[in-house]
Amino acid sequence: MRNNTVSLTGQTYPRNKPQGRIRGFLAELVKNKFLYLLALPAMIWFFVFAYLPMGGIIIAFQDFKAMKGIAGSEFVGLKNFQFFFQSGDWIKIVTNTVFLNVLFITFNTLAAVLIAIMITELGGKWFKKIAQSVMIFPHFLSWTVVAMFVMAFVATDGGFVNQILTMLGLPAVQLLSSPGYWPLILVLLKIWHGAGFGSIVYMATISGINPDIYESASIDGASRLQKIRYITLPLLKPTVILLTILAVGGIFNGDFGMIYAIIGRNPLLYPTTDVIDTYLFRAMMDLGDMSMSAAIGFMQSLVGFILVLTVNSIAKKVAPESAIF
Amino acid sequence: MIKESKADRLLKTMFYLCIGLFSVYCLVPFWSVIASSFTSEASLVKNGYMFWPSDFSLEAYKMIFKDNTIYRAYGVTTFVTVVGTVLSMIFTSAMAYTLSVKSVKYRNHLAFYIYFTMLFHGGLVASYLLISKYLDMKDTIWVLIIPGMISAWNMFLLRNFFASIDDSIAESAKIDGANDVYILFRIILPISLPALATIGLFYALGYWNKWFDAVLYINDKDLFPLQYLIQRIMNNLDYINQISSDISIPNFIAPAMTVRLATTVVTIGPIIFLYPFLQKYFVKGLMVGAVKG
Repeated sequence: MRNNTVSLTGQTYPRNKPQGRIRGFLAELVKNKFLYLLALPAMIWFFVFAYLPMGGIIIAFQDFKAMKGIAGSEFVGLKNFQFFFQSGDWIKIVTNTVFLNVLFITFNTLAAVLIAIMITELGGKWFKKIAQSVMIFPHFLSWTVVAMFVMAFVATDGGFVNQILTMLGLPAVQLLSSPGYWPLILVLLKIWHGAGFGSIVYMATISGINPDIYESASIDGASRLQKIRYITLPLLKPTVILLTILAVGGIFNGDFGMIYAIIGRNPLLYPTTDVIDTYLFRAMMDLGDMSMSAAIGFMQSLVGFILVLTVNSIAKKVAPESAIF
Repeated sequence: MIKESKADRLLKTMFYLCIGLFSVYCLVPFWSVIASSFTSEASLVKNGYMFWPSDFSLEAYKMIFKDNTIYRAYGVTTFVTVVGTVLSMIFTSAMAYTLSVKSVKYRNHLAFYIYFTMLFHGGLVASYLLISKYLDMKDTIWVLIIPGMISAWNMFLLRNFFASIDDSIAESAKIDGANDVYILFRIILPISLPALATIGLFYALGYWNKWFDAVLYINDKDLFPLQYLIQRIMNNLDYINQISSDISIPNFIAPAMTVRLATTVVTIGPIIFLYPFLQKYFVKGLMVGAVKG
């Protein structure tokens, strides 16, 4: 994968000779007709569900009316974008999106690396296996189920947090109306949901380290901690950098599934938890403002696209073998 | 073997402790929700959520199993998961196979055609309008399957796997007169079972946990998938009022809290039971992904 012309998708760009192109094209289609036929349903699917919506971006430049459709709606230039930026909401939701994602990336990576290191150091086979299964399991639940779990903890009357506070003689907190606590709660949930699963990749990396290195370090009298500090961590670094870089590419994409399932429509918590994706969803479903929603979505896609390209070129420099394309 | 020093043993004990504590952290929510769901509503209201049922009661479970909503939701989710996974696997592996065959001249163009969709997308609004207004798929079960049927990521994972299979296998079958469709379904797929299992499980889990598409496109109560049902009952009391309407006791108060918890438990039940069998495929698949970058 270190060759620049071959990427994750394996694309290479052959130079076509101009003469006889059409004939060559047809001959190729006939030669591999069964293979192209196999690919056809998926090609059509991608055209309909991925490329047609890209065409729908023009809504962002229209005053879209459902009655008139895309063809009949009036073009209004950049008015939708203007409207969004004038509303003043954008600073809040962009900040929330980036801030929450930075927290998620940092703490999830940290937790996943720690778990991977600790697990590999443990001896007992059954303990290791059970612990691993238990830690990965939460990842298999949908956020709607997690939201139910969350209620058992944060409910003002009878939730565990308040039960414990009362037991300690402290005043109860109204978590469901205090936005300040939620970045912390969401980070704890994210770790609960994804850290065990995320640690698998790091465990795979650690298990790929040559055991001779550890052996010779032991002979030289290195302690367990030293071995982790000077062998495991440096060898994990490229994987950590790669995965972090990839995650940074999506930093403007709020985790809609999580936030909408857990926060839902509790406006009291919006100050810290409303992200671009939830805002867009409400603008679309509640206000029916298709055009502004499309404008927000278009900007998000565009910024995301540029970010991925940037991040990839950084990855190429930092760790050439880890660039995506 | 070199004998472990005191510091090393201490460190190891600490690791055991940390991993143990984190495992407990992962389990506590399950335990508390299960325990609370077996409690009577009155006790739950009075004492709050608990780790041990203080007043054991199956009332909530009896109620949800009396009403057919949960069976229907199970039916919808099962149908979507089974049919969806089969369709996803067929189309994904067909496409992936074509991209993996080196004699296909335009395979890199095709790969880019798909790869680009991973980088840039038209956004929620355009998809929503397309599906609800132009394709008219609202309130059909297919809206839960078709718009999310193929994942480019899974397709490329499978393509990489197919590409690692020795070309000579397909070539010799070709010499014997087999066509590509036959080769894929009779030769390539049977020897790719481990990879197919992993990717099939990724798809199945995606379908099982699907709920957002239902928020967007499903208004018909009979088509609610399980996860969406959970989301609905958390946010409104329709369902609870509906299932308690059969009970004709004066001043009967529906056990709203326990019904919610019991429904959650019923939803995650199958995953808990299947998980030990499925886990290894997920781990294996992720390892493959890790090596590939």
